[in-house]
Order: sequence, then C-alpha cells, then structure tokens
Amino acid sequence: MPSVAAYRGRFGPAQAERLLWRAGFGPRRNEAQKLAQLGLADAVHSLVYPGREHFVGPQPHDEKGRPLAPYDAWGHDHLWWLDRMIRTSRPLVERMTLVWHDWFATSNQGVGSQRLMIGQNNLFRAHGLGSFHELLNRVTEDPAMLVWLNGSDNSKYSPNENYGREMMELFTLGAGRGYTETDVRQNARALTGFRNDWKRNVGLTNFRYDPKYHDTGTKTIFRKRGAFTWKDSCRLCVTHPDHPSFFVAKLWSYFVPTAPDAHTAAALQQLYVKSGYEIRPVLAAILRHPALYTGPRMVKSPVLYTAGLLRRLGRPIDTSAWTWLDSMAGQQLFYPPNVAGWDDTRWLDTARWRGRWWIAQYALNPYALDPGKAKQPYDAKKLIHDAVGFWRNPALGPGTTVALQAFARNVVADARKDKWKQQQYPPMAQNALRHLIAVSPEFQTA
Amino acid sequence: MNDNCNHCAGLDRSRLLHKAIAEAGKGLPAIEPGMPTPAGTGLSRRRFIAHGLGAALAVYGATRLDFRAFHEGIAEAATAPPQQVLVSIFLEGGADALSVLSPQGDPLYRKYRTSLALAGGTPLAEDTRLYWHPALGGLQQLYGEKKVTVMPAIGYTHADQSHFTSRHYWEVGATDTRLNTGWLGRYLDVVGTASNPLQGLSLDDTLAPSLATGKVPVAAITAPDQYDFWSNRVWGEVQDRMLETFGLFGRQPADPALRTAGGVAVQVDKLRNQLLPFQGQDGKPGYTSPVTYPTSDDDFPKKLAGLAAMLGAGLPLRAVAMSAPGEYDTHSDQPGALASGLQLTSDSLLAFQRDLEARGLANRVLVHVWSEFGRRAEQNGSNGTDHGAAGVGFLVGSRVKGQMVGEFPGLQSGLDDDGNVVATADFRGVYSSLLEQWLGVDAGKVIPGASSFQRTQLVA
Repeated sequence: MPSVAAYRGRFGPAQAERLLWRAGFGPRRNEAQKLAQLGLADAVHSLVYPGREHFVGPQPHDEKGRPLAPYDAWGHDHLWWLDRMIRTSRPLVERMTLVWHDWFATSNQGVGSQRLMIGQNNLFRAHGLGSFHELLNRVTEDPAMLVWLNGSDNSKYSPNENYGREMMELFTLGAGRGYTETDVRQNARALTGFRNDWKRNVGLTNFRYDPKYHDTGTKTIFRKRGAFTWKDSCRLCVTHPDHPSFFVAKLWSYFVPTAPDAHTAAALQQLYVKSGYEIRPVLAAILRHPALYTGPRMVKSPVLYTAGLLRRLGRPIDTSAWTWLDSMAGQQLFYPPNVAGWDDTRWLDTARWRGRWWIAQYALNPYALDPGKAKQPYDAKKLIHDAVGFWRNPALGPGTTVALQAFARNVVADARKDKWKQQQYPPMAQNALRHLIAVSPEFQTA
Repeated sequence: MNDNCNHCAGLDRSRLLHKAIAEAGKGLPAIEPGMPTPAGTGLSRRRFIAHGLGAALAVYGATRLDFRAFHEGIAEAATAPPQQVLVSIFLEGGADALSVLSPQGDPLYRKYRTSLALAGGTPLAEDTRLYWHPALGGLQQLYGEKKVTVMPAIGYTHADQSHFTSRHYWEVGATDTRLNTGWLGRYLDVVGTASNPLQGLSLDDTLAPSLATGKVPVAAITAPDQYDFWSNRVWGEVQDRMLETFGLFGRQPADPALRTAGGVAVQVDKLRNQLLPFQGQDGKPGYTSPVTYPTSDDDFPKKLAGLAAMLGAGLPLRAVAMSAPGEYDTHSDQPGALASGLQLTSDSLLAFQRDLEARGLANRVLVHVWSEFGRRAEQNGSNGTDHGAAGVGFLVGSRVKGQMVGEFPGLQSGLDDDGNVVATADFRGVYSSLLEQWLGVDAGKVIPGASSFQRTQLVA
C-alpha cells in the first residue's frame, strides 16, 4: 500500500498555528505554543481524538444578557454554533461539522425550522469523523434533508428525483462521474418511502419510513439489479469505484488549497477504502501532509474569520450582531447559498471586505481606548509594537508592516504642532492600528 | 403570516435578515441611498462613470475583467446607439390578484371574500367586473393614458405553490427547476458584450436570479454613499490616515491568498476614494430629478429616481431587475399590508414614468411588474389569503399597447380543483412577446420551447 507523505520540518508555534486554523478556528492565547510542544504526530492525534467535549469560557448571551434561543430566535442558530466554535475543546469536530454543512449543504431557507437544522447539525457533529457510509445513511434519513431535497415527497406514486440526483452529483460521485440519467431515476425509486406530517403549531413532524410508499420493484443502478431500498442506494454510491477519488479530492480541498499530487491522491484513496470508508484516517493523513505546512495560505471564510478574532481576544458571544455581520461578509450559518454550498474561491470582494471591516470593528468595540483619557506613547514604533502585542504578536509580513509604519508615522507627524493632539492622537492611533491589523492580509488568510 | 405555510417561514426569515442589516445600518452615520448622475453635481459624464458607477458595482461573471477593461467597456457601450430597456419589478410573496383588481362585478366575489371584499372605486374600461385597488391611483392614471397593459390572470398551468419554486420558474422563464440562468440573463448572453457589466443591472442587495447569465457579465449596484468606513474612537485626520492605509496593503509577497486579500484591499481603497464625492450630504442624493418621487423609508422610489438619472446620463443598461416595496405574502391581516405596498409601488412607478417623460426617455423604457403567483379565491380564517395559482401583472410605459393580455376567467368557472384562479395567459408567452417585440431578439434563443407559447401584441 502506498504511504502518504508526512511533514518532517520544524513543527513550531507557526506550524501549530496553521494547523489550528486549518483544523479548527485559530489559536486561543498560548494555544499554538502548547500544541507545538506535542510535535506534529501527537498534535494531529489530539485533534482527531479530542476526548470528551468541554467548553472554555463564559456562556453565550445576547446584548441584553439573555441566553441564546437557537431553536426559536432568528439568528440565534448562527450564534449558537459560533459559540461552539469559540469555546469547544474539540475544534476539529466543529470544523468537520462545518465541512459537512457545506458538503451536504442544506439551507433553512427551504427547511424553515431551526430545530430541524440544528438536529442535522448535531448529526454532523456526532458522526463527522467516523464512517462516511454511516454519515450518508444518516443524512439520507435526516428530517432537514428530507425536507430540503424533497426526500419525503418522493413516493412510489409520485417520484421526486431531487435527493437521488444530488446524492450522486454533489455528495458521493461528482457531476457526470460514473452515473447516467437512468441511474438517477432508478435511484429515486429506491429512495421512496420517507414521509412526514404537518401539524398546526408544531410544523413538520412525524418523519418516518412508511413501506406503503416505497417502490418495491426491481431497479437497475450502476448496472446492478435488485429490489433496492434507500440503504442500498447509500451502499451503491459509497462502494462505487468513482467515489473514493471524489471523496478524497473534496475532503482535501477544505484543508489544502492546491490539489494533491497523483501519488498522494492514490494513497489517500487506498487508505479510505482499506479503512472501510472511515473519515478519520484520511483526515489525519491530510493534516500531517507536507502540503498543509509548506503550501500557500487560504482565505478564511467569514465565520472562520469571526470565530478566530473572538478566540484570539478571549471574547465570548455577547451580542447578536455576528449573524448579520457574517451575512454581510457572505456566510450566514444554516443558510448556504444553494445545494452546492459556499464558493470557497469567492470569499473576498469589495463588498465582502467591507463586511469584514465591520466584523473587526465590532470585535474590537469593547477594547477601544478613550482618546480623552487613555495614555499611549507618542511614538510610531512603540504604538505599532503595542498594537501587535495586543493581538499576541502575530507574524506580519513586510508589506503590512510598511503600511502600519506609514500610518503611525503620519499620525505622529500630524500631531507635532499641537499639544492636545500629542495626547489624543496616540490612543486613536492605537485603536486604528489594532483595527488595521485585524483586516490585514495576514488576518484575512491562514 | 399564517403558520400552516412551511415555505413562508423561510421567506419571512430572509426578509428579517435584510431588515436586521438595515436596522443595524441605522447605527452607522450618513446612510442615504441614491445613485449619482452628472445632473446637478457639476461632474462630466466621464468622471461620473469613473467615479460614480464602475466603482459602486459588484461585477458578476467577469472574473477576468480588470478595472480598466471594465471602464473601457462601459465607455464603449455608452457610445453605442441607445438600447431599449426592460425593467423587471417583482412583487415578492404572491400578490393577491383578486384585491389588486377586485372582481366586484363577479357574483361570487363577496361569497369568497366575506371580510376582505373591496367595494367601490373605478372599474377597468376593458372589463367592468374588475375594479382598481384604491391604492393604485398611479397605475390607474397611466392606464387612462394607455400606458398600462393589464394581465389579470397570468401564470402557467399546474402552478407550483412554493414561493421558491414558482419564483424560480418566473426568473428562469421555464418550468424547469434545474435551469440556472435567468431569462433576462440568457437574453443578455445573446445581445450583450463581454465588457459591459451594466447591461444587466440588479438594484437589490443581491443579484436578481432573472439576470443570471451564462457568458456575459452583469452587475449589482449599491448606493455609492453607503460605501462608508469608520472605526470606533478614531476620528478626524487620524481616521483619514487610517483609511488611506488600505491601499498600502497591496504590497504582498507571492502567496496567492495574501495577494488576493491585499488586492481586494487596494480595490476597496480605489472604490472608497472614487465614491467620496458621492457621500450623501444632509440626506440628499448626488443627483436631481425633474419630478418629485414619493418620500418613504423604503429605498424603492429613490432607486427608480436613480435609475432614471442613470438612463439620463446615457449609461448602457439593457435589463434591470428590482423588488417592489411591500408585503405580498398576506396570509393574515391582509388589507393594510397590501394597501401600503401597492400604494408606494404605484406612486413610485407614476413618478418614474413622469421622470422618463421629462427626460425624453419614455420611448426607451418598459416596466414589467410581476409576482410568483396569485392567491386563493376563498379567504382563510386569519383575514388573509393562502397561496393560489394565476396572478396579476402589468406592463407600464409609453410604448405599451395598453390592451389586456388574457382575461379574468370569473370565479364561477375560472377556478381549478384547489379553488385557485386558472391562468388565461402564460408568462412565457409574455416573455417571448417582449423579447421579440421590445428587445428585438428571437425568443427561441432565450425561452425553452418558445414556439409553443402564444404571442400577444404588447408594443404599440
């Protein structure tokens, strides 16, 4: 069996920080240093086998101090998950939950129930690192998915191909890879039998499998014949020869921006099949791969950007603003734009960059210095030093450093003639520098 | 909003999101929407284009188009002969056709609409069973001038009662759930150019699906005076210095993600500077209108005023899409909500028509008002109405024929098994007719199965 290469270079705080961004939501205070001490293999092991979950830091609440109501209050679903991203002891589990939310993209726009959406979310959380076959089984009978892709409208009396098609096209094989339109129609027949009711004041309820609505006839899927059911559909898709390559390429793309070389892809596919379609070993191999540490950076998604800022600041969820701010930046959780999920190549444009500007502004709000009272050095270098220190000394490249220096020098020069400016401009400059660092290219990427 | 409507819950949330943004925006200084034109600003058209518009655009489907090509494309297109313009206005939620044009002359109307039935007003000259909703005085006035074509039962057979599905059909111009380009987008793919994103312009927060193209770029515009930046407890020259710093983030090493982030920061810097002249002052937009538009918290009249000003400036628009103000998914307490939305829509459209007339542009612009479906003939138990089938639509403009398309089928024999009004005209036939008669293209290139839909003479 071909082996997957592992990174053998220095695994210091910089590498550990990158791992924390790719496999989680960025480092909390001193977290990268601690992870680096474990070494690469143990660091990855600690992420893929995180143990029992516990939460770090204060409970989330809205701006009036009230607890979140994720099932009921608009936008609190987003806040509820964002809080988990910030406080969990299992960042990779949350990160994989986000991966599956994008992979099996379901939008509450079509489901219309935060309770069902969170139910699906918890499914991703519980099974996100286990067997993909099991995950697919559970997604197929998940109420939110049954509503979203019309699984419970699909009966032997009136077949609906929606889920049967996306199961192949988006979830297991890829568009036009290894299936025909006939396979789609036959697969839809195999998937019949799910039902649900609607009750006043309850909404969608009583999701079930009712054999009366199942088409018991013989189907032909991928040239195989049988009286297939929905479980056969899942099995046929996962064991399809074109599935491992789809799975590996898609999973890899969430963690490394450049495609794997042919040898790596083949080795990961073998690992996947030999393990019995287990997610964890493939994931661990990707997280140890040299391309993750030596390759280019990735643009953070808006949610990753927000969660990362709050983790770095040690600030809990204490406002509901994050929902609309993240939406403005292009990513409201539980509302992916369509069945294909978010477009990871389009996180930044002029409008969305402005959304991130406001995210950073809101994140920094409680820390803003009062220019009339706060004392800050009337010295460009010291101001920058303090601002970088505020963010726990992130590595900033020469381009960003030059920009910050130009700003700080100009402000110091502007204040030269007036005594009051020499007192008030430095705290303002400190506020500005922190904000500028938060929107710098280094903070938008990881 | 009635709670037995699964899909409406999503609709409601989508609105709440927009509302949340708008309300959050109230905390920000000087947000006053409006689009710039040279009129009254002292700017030349070239500067107007360079400063005002290109900058305010989010460009779709044109990833390889750089800024220069973009400006050149607009400048080039602006020198071409003026094009006919179609403005698509969407009444989101399923407007109640039986209130917009109430069939007071139908003996069953009061039976079905026990508390909602409207009484009095003015009947339509073409069908005296139908009465204009009292809030539609503006449209009624234009109808009297033969500038409105009425479509009292427009739709398609076996109407889908999901907001999303039915709206999708209307947007893509086919009853096909998988089609992912809009009907106006495909029209632009036929006649448009690769260098003029303004040819398809969305005047909402997001790109209208009807404008989604397969090839050529289209754009969404936000009001330039909404592109503001500030920071907490940073002001005066320090803030100016701070915002100047964006442009310096562009010097990044070879890493593609860093370069993307730096490059966008530089674009933001350009954009911000280009838009500085248009930051609203005292709540006034950077252009003047020859007529008075309705005043409202809703941006709709301002968007139309800005659109007229853009056309007045000779900008190369062909298809424009926007949503009408108001709440049309009236499952409960229908009368007030419906009236206020219709009033503002109708008053604004009247002002827009007068504006175009004053600018000498009225022969170039046709407005299409549509909704994804109508509502059930029989009212529900919440003083509202549930999702129906055929809906109501209008064409507005100096060049419209002003002759009814389809007919009101009556409540006796014109309802389907679910008690919904059946369509007497197909929206794809209207699209095909508009494409051929107004936009001058072969509808067969845009609407799937176009030859099977009946054409109506829509343009005089």
